[in-house]
Amino acid sequence: MNKTHNTQKAKKYGMVIDLDKCTGCGACMVACMAENNVPFKKDETNKLDSITWMHLYKLTNGKAFPETEICYLPRPCMHCEGAHGHPPCVSVCPATATDYDHGTGIVSQIYTRCFGCRYCMGACPYHARYFNWWDPVWPEGMKEYLSPNVSPRMRGVVEKCSFCFHRYQLAMDKAYHEGRKELEEHEYQSSCTQACPAGAITFGDLNNPDHQVHKIARPDNEHGGKPSATNVFRLLERLGTNPKVYYMSSREWVRRLGDNYLPHEKTGEIALGKQKGHH
Amino acid sequence: MSTPDDNEKKIPSENHDGEKEGNATLGFAILFFMAGLIGSLLVGWVVFPKLLYSQKEQPIDFNHQVHMDAVSDGCQSCHFYREDGTFAGVPTLAQCSECHESAQTEDPNEVKFVDEYVTPGKEVPWLIYARQPDCVFFSHAAHKEMECKTCHGDIGESTSLKPYEENRITGYSRDIWGDNIGGFGKNTWDSMKMDDCAACHERETGSKGPCFQCHK
Repeated sequence: MNKTHNTQKAKKYGMVIDLDKCTGCGACMVACMAENNVPFKKDETNKLDSITWMHLYKLTNGKAFPETEICYLPRPCMHCEGAHGHPPCVSVCPATATDYDHGTGIVSQIYTRCFGCRYCMGACPYHARYFNWWDPVWPEGMKEYLSPNVSPRMRGVVEKCSFCFHRYQLAMDKAYHEGRKELEEHEYQSSCTQACPAGAITFGDLNNPDHQVHKIARPDNEHGGKPSATNVFRLLERLGTNPKVYYMSSREWVRRLGDNYLPHEKTGEIALGKQKGHH
Repeated sequence: MSTPDDNEKKIPSENHDGEKEGNATLGFAILFFMAGLIGSLLVGWVVFPKLLYSQKEQPIDFNHQVHMDAVSDGCQSCHFYREDGTFAGVPTLAQCSECHESAQTEDPNEVKFVDEYVTPGKEVPWLIYARQPDCVFFSHAAHKEMECKTCHGDIGESTSLKPYEENRITGYSRDIWGDNIGGFGKNTWDSMKMDDCAACHERETGSKGPCFQCHK
């Protein structure tokens, strides 16, 4: 519907996360919570109802000491493009509370439109969506610290990572004010990217050959954005979700955990025939 | 609502020379129906909106016209963009004090403004007509080619501030939707709902735009 969004060249904002650099410190998760007014409860022991737009997974190669290896995997929303801008969650939403922006490649979530059926949560293969079982309760005085640029959510709606889209909005405000229509790479960066002390996260426009993300992942837009750089992979590549979050690792066992491989399949191998027919 | 039907059913049971009488009954039925309809419409269009919105007076009755004559740069003299491209909106006390350190006229509103706000250094609690709900992101910078009037109406020519109308249920200002949400208004600013934003975007950019263009 919004394919002809303005006259600007379409962007495709995405991320590359270097898993060899990630130490699992969790700074990205904290930065994300603070930036996006993510609600939390006094007791967060039940992880099934915790809300974490950015979630850190711990992976292991499953081998006994001394061959044990650990890898941490930060997981934001993948902002899938699908085959033609139809991510799994957007396709199922009965309320059009989430849409795919062809101009930026960002999957939105409109809280006031969502009525909480959670179909999108079932559709998302990455568990990137979360449901608000309660209204947020902020510790005393914390309301004053909430960001006015992100609307807080109410009970009964789904929320997820927005690639800090409000930062894009603000950056564009400045650009328009200065008579520009295009952003510099550094002007729009997600909160987690800036918070990572190891510099494991790179954020930018995957369509722009000058941006780091493009240089690292070298996405092949002819083939659903599949990374053509070695050691770069996407989660569940073979589902055809066409995610915009790329991971990289020099360790094969890590890359192999990115998809459900049969024992005889080579890591990174995509069976022919799987690529067509995702409509 | 069932009165017309009931009356019609009774007609055959009444006496034979009742064709005229039947017509009269039908006439009454239509009259009652119309009276009820008009009554309901009046309640819905006149009484309910009156009840829905509470009226509040602004702390100071500001005269835009006087100021427009005195400043050089139109609306932007007081309602300007910050360096980062965000819109400053209603001026702060510091800005007003640049000219109004002491009262320049004997206008009771100016005297009140100086005595109650400037001298004690207290910000004026203006009621902001166009304050959007939390979920809305509006970029003034993206619309700066447009005239302020297109959305805000000719507030710049007014000599007095209209009452602030607050929706009793949502707490939002009436102006964020406009006075005439039915779309029968004469002016662009009479109807300011999301559909009106989308209609203009469709005309000007060829697309309604994605959700995140205006939501946050």
